[in-house]
Amino acid sequence: MDLITPEYGLFVWQVVVMIILIFLLTKFAWKPVMKAVGEREASINEALASAEKAKEEMANLKADNEKMLQQARAERDEMLKEAQQMKKKIMAEATEEANEKAEQILEKAQAAIQNEKKTALAEIKSQVAELSVQIAETVVKKQLDDKDEQMTLVNKMLDDVKLN
Amino acid sequence: MHEIFELILSQLFMATHKSSKITVAFMLLLVLNTFSSFAQLDTDEVVDESFNPTEMIMHHISDSHGWHFFGEGEDSFTIPLPVILWTDEGVVSFMSSAFHHDVEGEHVVEAGGQKFVNYHEKIFVLNEGETELEYNEEEHVALNANSPFDISITKNVASMLLTSILMIILFMGLAKHYRKSKKAPKGFTNILETLVVFVRDEIAKPQIGEKKYMKFMPFLLTVFFFIWIANLMGLLPGAANVTGNISITVALGLFTLALILVNANKDYWQHVFWMPGIPTFVKPILAIVEILGVFIKPIALMIRLFANITAGHIIILSLIGLIFILETAGVAAISVPFALFITVLELLVAFLQAFIFTMLSALFIGMAVQEHEHH
Repeated sequence: MDLITPEYGLFVWQVVVMIILIFLLTKFAWKPVMKAVGEREASINEALASAEKAKEEMANLKADNEKMLQQARAERDEMLKEAQQMKKKIMAEATEEANEKAEQILEKAQAAIQNEKKTALAEIKSQVAELSVQIAETVVKKQLDDKDEQMTLVNKMLDDVKLN
Repeated sequence: MHEIFELILSQLFMATHKSSKITVAFMLLLVLNTFSSFAQLDTDEVVDESFNPTEMIMHHISDSHGWHFFGEGEDSFTIPLPVILWTDEGVVSFMSSAFHHDVEGEHVVEAGGQKFVNYHEKIFVLNEGETELEYNEEEHVALNANSPFDISITKNVASMLLTSILMIILFMGLAKHYRKSKKAPKGFTNILETLVVFVRDEIAKPQIGEKKYMKFMPFLLTVFFFIWIANLMGLLPGAANVTGNISITVALGLFTLALILVNANKDYWQHVFWMPGIPTFVKPILAIVEILGVFIKPIALMIRLFANITAGHIIILSLIGLIFILETAGVAAISVPFALFITVLELLVAFLQAFIFTMLSALFIGMAVQEHEHH
């Protein structure tokens, strides 16, 4: 029967000890421990959150970089293309100009040749006329009685012309 | 003796009908009792003092005024503990060794002008002029003595104080760690921290709720670790059976009850006295049930802890006791491994009972402070 009959002394001791224990432990153990554990949990959560954030930012940054790189690539391609076009254009223009110039030179040359030819012909004409007059004069001077002599004369004249 | 055990058995059956272990423990005790009476019949003429397992077990699981370790009578190794008595003539105090290991009420101790005897660990103060205790075995009353209010440092009180000191050392050590560094503790302090967090996250928060759990944490933590450490200490050889003592569990249960009664909100009382949402004629009937329930909850806590821990001790002691009852060392081959198995099981039970007590305390407190949603 003793087993299930509470003893008042023991009961009182347990109540007193329990109250003191709860009081002491609350003041010197539970409160600081709970506070420290809570704080540490908060700081861990914070650290995790900031790590997550950093990761996200990193990803964003990477995406940005990628985008920029792509843009740069596109720009470079564009520039290359433009340069190519420019090159072609310049070359085409240069060719055209050169052709034009060559033509002009050719024309000028032809014109000069024509002129030269004209002056040469005019000169020849005047010389021929002069020679003809001289030949005629000579012929006239010698009183052309002998036919052979006439021919010789003419030939001699012609030779002289050649010399000229 | 048999009647008493049948009484205990039936009460325990009602209180904790789920726990088959308790039933087994008390069955064993009954069986051993019968065994020993047969043994006594056979050997009465040969041996004067035969082995009485019931006495042995009861001696081990109940409280005493001295802390007995081993040996018999004057040769025993017993730590004397202070006996403090609140008599009609004031407080009287002397060491338990003054009784010279006598528990039959034969050795009379004179202190403060009064005469004291220890009868089965109950201290009686003899009436004026008496020199010897006369005790009525049938009625369980002393005929010529009074029992003073006994606030002795008994074995259980000493053990309880040891547990408390151990807790203070352990947890102040844990708190000291945080004063030194903000980092997580290592080794043993880390185990303690894990357990504190376990009580918070697995017991307090889910049962009481995020908003209000903080207020009850000191009680829950103290109760959890007190019960657990006391349970574990109770498994040590020569240790006291603190949590298996009904006085202790009644005190612990009353703490829970007090917390419920003090902190219960209007909603709780409304649900107890005038349950909303049911037909009016049922309300008074339910009120009776609910009022009973308010007290039955902590009573169940008290009995569950007491019965589980005591049952564990009884099983182990009975298994060891078998060796002496059957008087063959060969039985040890069976009963020692069994006792070892039960002891290991008790390690688990020590934690489990601390957990269950704290969990249910938190649950009952949670029910009392819960804000009900009004439909």
